[in-house]
Amino acid sequence: MPATMTATLADERTGESEIELAGARLVLDPAGALWWPAERALIVADLHLEKGSSFAARGVPLPPYDTRATLSLLAHLVARWNPRTLIALGDSFHDRGGAARLGEEERVSLAALAQGRDMVWIAGNHDPEPMPGIGGRHAGELTLGPLTLRHEPAEGRVRESGAGEIAGHFHPVARVVVRGRSLRRRCFATDGRRLVMPALGAYAGGLNIRHAALAGLFGGAFDAHLVGAARTYRIAHHACLPDR
Amino acid sequence: MIIDAAPDDLLPEPFRRWFAGRGWAPRAHQMELLARAREGRSTLLIAPTGAGKTLAGFLPSLVELAGRPAPRNSARPPGLHTLYISPLKALAVDVARNLERPAQEMGLAVRIETRTGDTPASRRQRQRRDPPDILLTTPEQIALLLASGDAEPLFADLKRIVLDELHALAGSKRGDLLSLGLARLRRLAPGVQTVGLSATVADPDTLRRWLVPQRGQGEIGELVVADPGAAPDLSMLDSAAHVPWAGHTARHSLKEIYGLIERHTTTLVFVNTRMQAELLFQELWHINDANLPIGLHHGSLDVSQRRRVEAAMGEGRLKAVVCTSSLDLGIDWGAVDLVVNVGAPKGSSRLMQRIGRANHRLDEPSRAVLVPANRFEVLECRAALEAVRAGAQDGAVIRTGALDVLAQHVLGMACATPFDADELFAEVVSAEPYAGLARADFDDLVQFVATGGYALRAYERFARIRQMKDGRWRVANPMMAQQYRLNVGTIVESTMLKVRLAGAKARFGGRVLGEVEEYFVETMSPGDTFVFAGEVLEYLTIAENEVRVARSHAKEPRVPSYAGGKFPLSTFLAARVRALLSEPERWSSLPGQVRDWLQLQKLRSRLPGQEDLLVETFPRGGRYHLVAYPFEGRLAHQTLGMLLTRRLDRAGLHPLGFMANDYALVIYGVSDMSLAIAQGRLSLDALFDADMLGDDLEEWLAESALMKRTFRQCAVIAGLIERRFPGKEKNSRQVTMSTDLVYDVLRRHEPGHVLLRAARADAATGLLDIRRLSDMLTRIRGRIDHLALPRVSPLAVPVMLEIGREMVAGGASDALLAEAEDELIREAMRAGDDDSDPGR
Repeated sequence: MPATMTATLADERTGESEIELAGARLVLDPAGALWWPAERALIVADLHLEKGSSFAARGVPLPPYDTRATLSLLAHLVARWNPRTLIALGDSFHDRGGAARLGEEERVSLAALAQGRDMVWIAGNHDPEPMPGIGGRHAGELTLGPLTLRHEPAEGRVRESGAGEIAGHFHPVARVVVRGRSLRRRCFATDGRRLVMPALGAYAGGLNIRHAALAGLFGGAFDAHLVGAARTYRIAHHACLPDR
Repeated sequence: MIIDAAPDDLLPEPFRRWFAGRGWAPRAHQMELLARAREGRSTLLIAPTGAGKTLAGFLPSLVELAGRPAPRNSARPPGLHTLYISPLKALAVDVARNLERPAQEMGLAVRIETRTGDTPASRRQRQRRDPPDILLTTPEQIALLLASGDAEPLFADLKRIVLDELHALAGSKRGDLLSLGLARLRRLAPGVQTVGLSATVADPDTLRRWLVPQRGQGEIGELVVADPGAAPDLSMLDSAAHVPWAGHTARHSLKEIYGLIERHTTTLVFVNTRMQAELLFQELWHINDANLPIGLHHGSLDVSQRRRVEAAMGEGRLKAVVCTSSLDLGIDWGAVDLVVNVGAPKGSSRLMQRIGRANHRLDEPSRAVLVPANRFEVLECRAALEAVRAGAQDGAVIRTGALDVLAQHVLGMACATPFDADELFAEVVSAEPYAGLARADFDDLVQFVATGGYALRAYERFARIRQMKDGRWRVANPMMAQQYRLNVGTIVESTMLKVRLAGAKARFGGRVLGEVEEYFVETMSPGDTFVFAGEVLEYLTIAENEVRVARSHAKEPRVPSYAGGKFPLSTFLAARVRALLSEPERWSSLPGQVRDWLQLQKLRSRLPGQEDLLVETFPRGGRYHLVAYPFEGRLAHQTLGMLLTRRLDRAGLHPLGFMANDYALVIYGVSDMSLAIAQGRLSLDALFDADMLGDDLEEWLAESALMKRTFRQCAVIAGLIERRFPGKEKNSRQVTMSTDLVYDVLRRHEPGHVLLRAARADAATGLLDIRRLSDMLTRIRGRIDHLALPRVSPLAVPVMLEIGREMVAGGASDALLAEAEDELIREAMRAGDDDSDPGR
């Protein structure tokens, strides 16, 4: 799937859709990233780098190319938007030992990404502590303009008056059935105050937005923006189906 | 040793007395097997059901055990003498019971036990310590026993192995696993003899090679063929009613089927799929004015329900059972005097095996009636009937042992005891399916088992098996043995969901009706009605991996449960259908309405030739259609449809979709294909060129859900993905998600990896049937017979009718997403309108 996405990124600049979150204008990139023009910030979530080697250590040798695949997608995104700030929204590594297991090639490409910009690693539950040797700065959460960026959404609903929120953690996916065909895609989930980002990692699975843990984050109605090859597709949550 | 033993020498006194006491005489093939056993030869026995096949397989063991000197107290107790392996655990249990009786009646001191997944752990442990004389079990249990450290003492004394229903195992991945187990058993017990029991097969030589170690010198087991008995009395139902153009329910013949049931003592009604079984069962009850006891049996029904039907059948309380291939194998029901096969048989061998279920008394012919459900099936039934009368069988499908199964076996062997790669390779290639295995593939698999076998050697420190100083491989830690035990086997089921009847008041605790495949539920919404377990049910919700349903009063289910059948038309039968079509002088054997249909086709268009490919193009209903008639089965046609659609799309001809059945394929779109061909913008020779199996196929495979499913099965069997792990059973949905991601990544970064090679090999013969498609494209090169027609041809009608009946797998999924979005916009626009239909 990432192959087709990256192919369209280079030549097609018309695909992105815009949304408003607590007054901020944001662009949804169909690769599953968020572009904030006013801040020149590129936001990605749940990279889960070195998930393959994490499984291998437990006797399940998944192909060791996941970090490569995720970083090359990230490199395309950076080349496309040239952000001033690059923010990884937590669970950037699959476990605490992840950064230490990075291969040489991957270490170099990661350094190249952070080069010349403000790279922020937000803490996630898989990687709560700063990782050695990956550059950038580490933060528990980050407030930019009207928005707070954190890994796990805060308890309770986002108040109408307070700051808006961008979070990751849940890896939202949505399922729709059209003409007898079931389609399941990664998606952004938002009610205009809170936005949960899709996971970008090559081996990151997904949780259906109809699951109580995800749907409960929004008081009432919310929309899913399903990622497609060249654009995102907005579908109301009640029109999406639970898994199976 | 006496080679030319007289029959009396072969059969000791207690056995002769036992036969005589029943008024029986041992059958010729039973005596022949005894003679071969005495000569020390491994033998394949081909015999119809009811010919005393199982007893024949065990007689040599019983005779040997009867003549065994009584054990002295001081001596080591004798180990396992005979292993019996069957594809079904129910069959193993059944055979054990049927064997106990004669052994007891003859007064033999023989211990007979079964070992299946249901055997309590305490007994399994005891069986290792103190094995019985005869152990009846399944291929998976053999793999488990062989992977343990005490396999050597357990099997050291093994004398005989009986392989039941070998035709059903050989040629499958389970068969591959068993063949590798056999190779190891022969190494542990070098003198062991094998007996294969099989129904009639096209190619007995493959099975004969199975029974003896392959050393590249044409080693082959002996063959004994039992008297096949009277020729079957076989006919096709010539329905008085209108034979439908399409569909698979055979509703038009319902009254006639019911009449047949009424006139016979016990009837088995075979259909091809579970859904057809459900529908037919329901329809029969609708017209069951005489209240005949008619039962239903298929693989997704709850086990207790199946057992009840089987018991009622055994006791002769049922007049008929509507069933699927769940009854193709095994259990012996003497009273059946008629087999009705609804729908096309798809292959002549399967048909023969089904016919064999009727009337087990060999002196009387078994009676069977074929009921075609549509016009093409009339042709297919006719061809099958002629094939069976001529005793002609489907050709053997050539395949080699699966690499994923071998990977599992390599880990199992390391769990048993450290192995030397050269020795293990020699052992593996002595198994028939792996006789042609390349050493490089074997070495890749050893590397795969060790570290995943990736070009990027990142996992050396996480190796699962390691080489010792002497070069032998051992497991890295005891955890691996446990992981192996949990993953053993080759059956990767599609996720099944329990169907539970929700009580009227209680939300929980209703009765479980059975299980359905996940994909079936995937497209349903609450309120939809469907047929299951003989009832019309309303889908309520899914909770805790269960489908909750309520009884519905609707007569007609809303969700169509169409399924043409999971077996594609065999190549052999397809050739016979083509031959029948191209020779009008043979049509006199066909029903009148079918004959008229073919005459009309001859008049309006042309008939498909024996070797040519007929292609018709015509406009209809504002769209343009291209219909081809390859007769290569649904799976190959679907693959062809995918690839042709891509090519037409690239040529700017805007195809909208396609539909395939076993006989033909239609592609429809908005561009005039007749015109494009006339103007030379579209060349059919180029369109159907075999080079589509190159880049086009590769591109399509990248995103094909079928390919991903195939890869998942290989990954689970090979042990890349855990089937389950202690304490946390993964459901298949999670496995599906992660293997799809793994597939994408591996395909992009290491397309030549051994596991992708394994998956492609599976796809070639499995769900995508690429090998057959490739053979067809080669056959028709330069032989495309094209006709531009003003309107749809008579022969095209059946496949045209299927358009819209089933989901169309083609088309870009993003277009569908856009459609979903649009639909919601329309819905939103309507929202304020009070007059809108609330049912929408």
